[in-house]
Amino acid sequence: MSTVTEAAAPLLAMRGIDKSFPGVRALEAVDLTVHAGEVVALVGENGAGKSTLIKILAGAQPMDGGEILVGGQPARIAAPADAMELGIRVIYQEFNLVPQLTVMENIYLGREPTRAGMVDFHAMEEGCSGLLERIGADARPRDVVGRLSVAQQQLVEIAKALSQDARILVLDEPSATLTDRELDRLFALIRDLRQQGVGMVYISHRLEEIFEIADTVTVLRDGHHVITAPTSELSRDDIIRHMVGRELQDHIPSTVAHAADEALRVEGLTRSGAFESVSLTVREGEIVALAGLVGSGRTEVARAIFGADPVDSGRILVGGEEAQIASPRDAISRGIGLATEDRKGQGLVLGMGVAANITLADLRAITRGGFLSRGAEVGAADRYVDQLQIRTPSLTQLVRLLSGGNQQKVVLAKWLFTDCRVLILDEPTRGIDVGAKTEIYHLMNELCDRGKAILMISSELPEVLGVAHRIYVMREGHMEGELDREDATQERIMHLATGGAAE
Amino acid sequence: MTTPEPQSAEDRDTAARRRGELLSRFALAGTLAFLCLLFAITTRDHVFIKSANLINVASQSAINTMIAVGMTLVIVTAGIDLSVGSIVGLVAVFSAGVMVQGLDFTVGAYRVQLLPELPGLGGVAIGLAAGLLVGALAGLVNALAIVRFKVTPFIATLAMMLIARGAAHLYSVSPVRNVPDAFVWLGQGRLAQVPIPVYVAIGVVIVGWLILAKTPFGRHVYAVGGNEEAARLSGIPVGRTKLWVYVASGLCSGIAGMVLAAQLEAGDPKLGQTYELDAIAAAVLGGTSLMGGRGTILGTVLGALIIGVLDNGLTMLHVSSFAQMVIKGLVILGAVILDQKRQNA
Repeated sequence: MSTVTEAAAPLLAMRGIDKSFPGVRALEAVDLTVHAGEVVALVGENGAGKSTLIKILAGAQPMDGGEILVGGQPARIAAPADAMELGIRVIYQEFNLVPQLTVMENIYLGREPTRAGMVDFHAMEEGCSGLLERIGADARPRDVVGRLSVAQQQLVEIAKALSQDARILVLDEPSATLTDRELDRLFALIRDLRQQGVGMVYISHRLEEIFEIADTVTVLRDGHHVITAPTSELSRDDIIRHMVGRELQDHIPSTVAHAADEALRVEGLTRSGAFESVSLTVREGEIVALAGLVGSGRTEVARAIFGADPVDSGRILVGGEEAQIASPRDAISRGIGLATEDRKGQGLVLGMGVAANITLADLRAITRGGFLSRGAEVGAADRYVDQLQIRTPSLTQLVRLLSGGNQQKVVLAKWLFTDCRVLILDEPTRGIDVGAKTEIYHLMNELCDRGKAILMISSELPEVLGVAHRIYVMREGHMEGELDREDATQERIMHLATGGAAE
Repeated sequence: MTTPEPQSAEDRDTAARRRGELLSRFALAGTLAFLCLLFAITTRDHVFIKSANLINVASQSAINTMIAVGMTLVIVTAGIDLSVGSIVGLVAVFSAGVMVQGLDFTVGAYRVQLLPELPGLGGVAIGLAAGLLVGALAGLVNALAIVRFKVTPFIATLAMMLIARGAAHLYSVSPVRNVPDAFVWLGQGRLAQVPIPVYVAIGVVIVGWLILAKTPFGRHVYAVGGNEEAARLSGIPVGRTKLWVYVASGLCSGIAGMVLAAQLEAGDPKLGQTYELDAIAAAVLGGTSLMGGRGTILGTVLGALIIGVLDNGLTMLHVSSFAQMVIKGLVILGAVILDQKRQNA
């Protein structure tokens, strides 16, 4: 398999990859190298650029600059088909399988073996059995994919990739939904593939896995390549430091706590399968951060407090009074607001104007005698456009046409217009350029001065450390710890969030 | 701000959108004017443009306009109502029946008289009320299936299309005749030369426009259709909003059914077949998006008028009814393609 030239030239070399989105520099001169039979762990905080880099490799997104070499040859990847042609396969967290079809039909989808113009199921089954055996999957060729466990489906995805002669396999957070046993088997498969000369990129937040399986670690941070080194030369702390190790940016304003009455208290909140026995408090004039890895249950807790999802048990108290919250409507009437992480999908009605979005959660305030008052609406919207410096050509501008930062300000304006006392912000600065970020931090401080209670979910540690008075850290659905701002460091948060031994 | 916003690009977008919006509104009115002009020139003695005929066009468009107003509310929530034509038939026969013979049920050998037949205006009033109630109830059943049992609007209203049509025929095999004169006035009467159905349609349009454009409920309708999850997370009662649009659509169809029965002096259970298609066509021609979140009552009125003018003018030119169908189909196709082009631009 390995000839001299292949040994000399890496299987995959991405060099100087640049990528910008409107208002955000996603990748800047990023390198990624994978040799045949090598497992490269690609790590970085959320938003570091891992996904973008992989999407470029898979042909799902065009790059702005840089070059990709496959087996030493310049490769042009303009579409997913190009990547496939080159033997590049990405196993995403969301599988690309048709649940209603059988394992073998999925594996041979679009290139079914035929005999006399008809699908040759016999040949299909034979080829498929061989493949499944090779990767040690329990699934049988005629099993319906939708009835298989997630782990089995993942193996089917890998089998499908191998059947298409994958030379470069990217596994995006493959362990997120696996049990320990299933993970062991996945690792055995990865080692096996390594023997066979397949180059692999392994993306994971769990550092212990990286030490177990990866030969090399590549760290990205803020769209930059930080370091690539053999796993054996790095310690857990090294990796964490490289991931988060930027200076605390001076654009994050400092805040002063106005410790006061409790605005929100959550006791033993449980939603089975999502989070268990979560308790927290937020006082008036306080910014509290909820830190943790993606998938640790932070967003689910926020949605539960807001009544967007049902809970199994637990109490929620607003201003010291127990609140029965069964819907967002209840939550809003209790003075809670939630700015969701997914602005476009959940926060805004993109096809409506700026003013209509700002007033959406409290239309009563602009209703006069049963009818909407245009004057009241314009007045309110004008005030918030001014106060939050929302850059929009007009109040009727469709929010779809605003930049990410201005869209986020519209979401915030919507909740400020409801005059809520507790504001939950889920990743408030995700995908927003630096300037708008600073404005949002200033706004949060201002709200805090006015006595609002803010619960902020953030995956950006500098943001957590720079903005919050108190920090809760969640891991796998449990509240792992609480840190005061003075005691908190990026390393301590990361240790709690990743379940590190050092505590 | 440290980085300058791409303000100019946004400005350009807005300007383009403004132009596009104006253009489409203008295009709609322009198409209507063009068709009128075309028929005015081509019909013998320019009879199309004579006031008597224009009143005719308005009268012929009235029924479809009433139904299309309710349909617009439904489509803006990203729904659809296929049952409107059947509700027209059911309400037509039922309200006429109540006026003529009161309301009674025969169970085995027993005849239960719920309402006696009342003479004169009283009977008409009770018949109208019964018609409105049945229309609203049919809409409510649609809404329950959609909101409570999560049936897709297409299927739920398809089922109601069958149920209401069947119920209409079960209620009366043949058309109910000998309806009171006061009822006939609703369909055939005139005020200042203009037929009463035109006034009814104008009334429905004004109420529909006020609701959609001027009330919090109307804003809820747009928000639910534009982004249901965002609407829910903004505290909007999504289920209740949908419920009321289907009830409104049933009411609009009920009104249309009674006006139609009055026009024909008979409550015929066969009335209203394929009316759902004209109503959807009017809404879509008027710029209502089947994806939800977009549409206006004014646009729908223009859409209904375009269909009415086409029907009337082509008939005057002795175009066969089959050729008319082809032409109407092409006009709808063309209008929607143009509209989508504008949306994507």
